Amino acid sequence: MSAVIANDRPAGFSFTQYLTCLVGIVWREGLRFVHQRERFVSALVRPLVWLFIFAAGFRQVLGISIIPPYETYVLYEVYITPGLMAMIQLFNGMQSSLSMVYDREMGNMRTLLISPLPRWYLLFCKLLAGAAVSILQVYAFLLIAWIWDIEPPPIGYLTVLPALALSGLMLGSLGMLISSGIKQLENFAGVMNFVIFPMFFASSALYPLWRVREGSPMLYYVCQFNPFTHAVELIRFALYGKLNLVSLAVVGGCTAVFMIGAMFAYDPARGFSRRGPAGGEP
Amino acid sequence: MMKPGISIADRATVPQGAADSTALVVRGVSHSYGSRKALDDVSFTVGARSFTALLGLNGAGKSTLFSIVTRLFALQAGRIRIFGHDIEREPGAALRCLGVVFQPRTLDLDLSVTQNLLYHAALHGISRGEARMRSEELLSRMGLAERHNSKVRDLSGGQMRRLEIARALLHRPRLLLLDEATVGLDVKARAEILAHVRSLVTEQGIGVLWATHLLDEIEAIDSLVVLHQGRVLAEGKVAGIVDKTGARDLHSAFAQLTETGPGPGKATS
Repeated sequence: MSAVIANDRPAGFSFTQYLTCLVGIVWREGLRFVHQRERFVSALVRPLVWLFIFAAGFRQVLGISIIPPYETYVLYEVYITPGLMAMIQLFNGMQSSLSMVYDREMGNMRTLLISPLPRWYLLFCKLLAGAAVSILQVYAFLLIAWIWDIEPPPIGYLTVLPALALSGLMLGSLGMLISSGIKQLENFAGVMNFVIFPMFFASSALYPLWRVREGSPMLYYVCQFNPFTHAVELIRFALYGKLNLVSLAVVGGCTAVFMIGAMFAYDPARGFSRRGPAGGEP
Repeated sequence: MMKPGISIADRATVPQGAADSTALVVRGVSHSYGSRKALDDVSFTVGARSFTALLGLNGAGKSTLFSIVTRLFALQAGRIRIFGHDIEREPGAALRCLGVVFQPRTLDLDLSVTQNLLYHAALHGISRGEARMRSEELLSRMGLAERHNSKVRDLSGGQMRRLEIARALLHRPRLLLLDEATVGLDVKARAEILAHVRSLVTEQGIGVLWATHLLDEIEAIDSLVVLHQGRVLAEGKVAGIVDKTGARDLHSAFAQLTETGPGPGKATS
């Protein structure tokens, strides 16, 4: 038999092959990230606008008392930094997941899905790669924030990493679940209005929850049940070298539920059939 | 009513033992988009080490069929086996034997030629070192060795296609599917791609399913499947199909089968 044709190979894949696949997917996502400067810049500008303009304006309006994990009074900029980190991941998760389901990235999804490795594993790798890219964005943001005098303890930069990985996975799989399941949310504007804004504002990202409770007990409960609140709190505590167990449990549980749901709901046919079945893209 | 279509090849169910001589078995595959039926009871086989052309006009169902065989679309009805591996029961084993070139380009334009190949290799669990070796070998065979560091965006249409073929061969598949691989290419590039794919069959023993709407890409010795409005109208050797219809050549045989008047034109590019 010719050299090009493989001989009989054993069924199944080794651990090394699974790992090779994961590394390859993350590596490619990283390369694309490096090449798409506009995407990177816009991902950074959004939180920076909040930090430089919104936070500066609201500094006098909103006083923050001493609440864990902070041990002193903190400036409003310092308070909203973890919320903005989570916001970067929220946008990134929704954007990359939408493009996985709808046609923007369909060509690349074809390449991915004809891999012989199990489909759930490929999607998992893709989510992990998305989370990795969001982490790069978050660290770039933290660097600029540091120049802006937002200086968490040095160890915090390390301890926040696992929190970011988990919250990145949770938001990525939520995005995938939503874009697989809800037909109306086909464009990003819809996702902004119905997912990103409500999740972001009904959370502890911009104001501590005790303040929300003073204003509206009802909203307080909504915020409590919002998984994004827990992503923010997980990141906030981790950034100061602390662990918020409740948030960890909620974020971990939601990640598992969203991810399993997304893998069941994912149907590549949706992205293709919208364009007409036979023609393919021009 | 008589079922449309003539059958020249033996359409009886191919037993699993025939896996070595049969690359692809499609049996009774139907597919609907809502109420519209895109494929209706499609059956045919592709022999190992053979060049089989899948001929059909635009909208005949070729791309839908490719999407089903590659598991991008769920199989609604029927069975598909690749070298004996049922695509639903053993998807991994089936996809391992399969190399695909889709009609839309699926390369990463911002990545280099080699980076595209290494990514594909990783998706098949092929280690970095091995992947580099195979990439170099395939690129030189495809006449792309000098472009290995170029961004894909800077390649010509013909070069991109050759790169996609190189990529499809990277994991050493035994069956290669190409969906309208020469669309949008000039005459010279078309001829080169076709000649290259044919040489894969004769020199490397790879089975090829070549979907096209261009009659001049098909030769008399090829196996042929005629797909029209989601149905297989004929299957067999080109010469046999022409004989059976009593037509002068494939062109009029196709017109007669599909009752479309003049058959699909020659390439216009």
